[in-house]
Amino acid sequence: MSRITSLFERLSAEKRRGLIAYVTAGDPAPERTPSLVAALERGGADLIELGVPFSDPVADGPVIQRASDRAIAAGCTLAKVLEIAAAIRKQSEIPLLLFSYLNPLLRCGFDRLAADARAAGIDGCLITDLSVEEAGDTVPRLRAAGLDTVFLAAPTSPAHRLKLVAEYSSGFVYLVSRTGVTGEQAQLSASVGPLVAAMREATSLPLAVGFGISKPEHAAAAGSLADAIVVGSAFVRVVEECGADPRLEAEVEALARRLKQPLLELPA
Amino acid sequence: MITSEPDTRGHFGPYGGRYVPETLMSPLEDVERAWREARQSPEFQAELKELLHNYAGRPTPLYYAKRLTEQLGGAKIYLKREDLLHTGAHKINNCIGQALLARRMGKRRIIAETGAGQHGVATATVCALFGLDCVVYMGEEDMRRQRLNVFRMRLLGAKVVGVNTGSRTLKDAISEAMRDWVTNIGDTHYLLGSALGAHPYPTMVRDFHRCIGDEARAQILEREGRLADTLFACVGGGSNAIGLFHAFIPDEAVKLVGVEAGGRGGTLGEHAARFAGGIPGVLQGTYSYLLQNDDGQIALTHSVSAGLDYPSVGPEHAWLHDQGRAEYVSCTDEVALQGALKLARTEGIIPALESSHGVAEAIRRAPEEPGKIYIVNVSGRGDKDVDIYRENFPELDKA
Repeated sequence: MSRITSLFERLSAEKRRGLIAYVTAGDPAPERTPSLVAALERGGADLIELGVPFSDPVADGPVIQRASDRAIAAGCTLAKVLEIAAAIRKQSEIPLLLFSYLNPLLRCGFDRLAADARAAGIDGCLITDLSVEEAGDTVPRLRAAGLDTVFLAAPTSPAHRLKLVAEYSSGFVYLVSRTGVTGEQAQLSASVGPLVAAMREATSLPLAVGFGISKPEHAAAAGSLADAIVVGSAFVRVVEECGADPRLEAEVEALARRLKQPLLELPA
Repeated sequence: MITSEPDTRGHFGPYGGRYVPETLMSPLEDVERAWREARQSPEFQAELKELLHNYAGRPTPLYYAKRLTEQLGGAKIYLKREDLLHTGAHKINNCIGQALLARRMGKRRIIAETGAGQHGVATATVCALFGLDCVVYMGEEDMRRQRLNVFRMRLLGAKVVGVNTGSRTLKDAISEAMRDWVTNIGDTHYLLGSALGAHPYPTMVRDFHRCIGDEARAQILEREGRLADTLFACVGGGSNAIGLFHAFIPDEAVKLVGVEAGGRGGTLGEHAARFAGGIPGVLQGTYSYLLQNDDGQIALTHSVSAGLDYPSVGPEHAWLHDQGRAEYVSCTDEVALQGALKLARTEGIIPALESSHGVAEAIRRAPEEPGKIYIVNVSGRGDKDVDIYRENFPELDKA
């Protein structure tokens, strides 16, 4: 059983909701990412999305765009991201999801990527701009290497698309809470509830909700609906604000704790 | 016979397709459905034809460039005068088509990207004509070098939003337009300006421009009693080129030559010659030749012409390239500038810097090919480029 699947089984058995944390690998520097991930884990993160920096992140808002630019400037290539994953894996069993745009992975080649990612201790891939329609060749190659394939479902996805997304996904399905790019929001979108309900109709896979979750009250609201919540830009903003300052890990850990707390307080 | 129709999911061979985040998949399906319905709708087609004729100025002339031909002493050169269209470039063909489509879909707000500003101006124009809100994204570098077009858009009532990420050119403007679209899907149509991006855009934009080649084919048959030997067009995203080429694809004796921006030279970052230095990859929704580094990061590009300054190319061109049906070459900034000067001095036509690339390649080849007939797509006029011509021909300021 994959680390991702066993995480969700454990969460389900313990009637807990998971906290998924996104960080752009290599920001502020490649050698800093493992300690950042360790801090997230201490703060209560259950799964880490390790973002592969890309020069043209069309699905991301300004915070993650800037993180991508910083990581590339710091020399963070795809090979480097896998080295970072291997370093994390030496110290932790936390599930690692490689979160990437398609082109850097295509350039590497999926057979090589699948083998190298698996060897580095990666548990699955989410490829932002790989639609299920175009994923027919890719999914079997990743699955053959033992990697989960997580796809996005959106408030704009009609029922037939939710079904397709579920068919191509393993581990869990990532529900995008609202139309738009990544980034913090004042309120959690009202489209989350209907999307979770529609997706439950289409699949028994665990569901995670992300996009725009940055505050404890968002975490509580999203956590009451889904099996896990995803927080990205809020963590990346802390990285941006702290830079290489030694307090970075403590700040990130504290934010993870603040976002995890409401999940622990939810009724079982 | 080589045809160039995509499969039902918008693939030209391996190229094209729909590589976008899930949030945009359903909106793209909606655009495709509306476009397919519009293609079959006599009312839509009649309104499109009427506007192309009475508003935009179609058909455009196929002009025999007699003095240019005589000076070069070789191939007989005809110019397809898209520069004579309203707003000064072929871009208006697609903008009228997509604006009609947006209205059909009940969208009140139009967004677009622009490089040289010609697509932005054409979009602002149709939005004024149809009473639609208009926001145009433009790289700040392009705003600087095409400032006249920025003002034209504002005069027409459009909001021009500067983009200061990446290379601050066309690529970055497209990313920002995609971010706007994914945020405002409900009321907004993305009026993409080239034969690029996710399906159905490459095919839809091609269809709105295929009138260029349909007309040119009939015109050359009427004038010469036969087809041309070679067609020339510049290729940025490739909309003017595919518009001209498409009608001739089954005519295998007709050579199709696309001219990319050779910029300042062959080093990655100094040009936009995707077929010379690119490797297939995915950018902004489509799989095509792409200038990128070994790690799959998109390369910076350079061209004196903002409209050709883009790291990827329309997927139908990638397919025609691999099939050997079209040939793709590049021409440097310097050669393009000299081509523009030559056309200005022999024919009294100042072409857009983009179009100058196609003109320059025809000028280079013509002396070697007497007896041949060329058609060159003068896709836009050079008024917007006068500042850049001035920078590059300083001696003319001293006269």
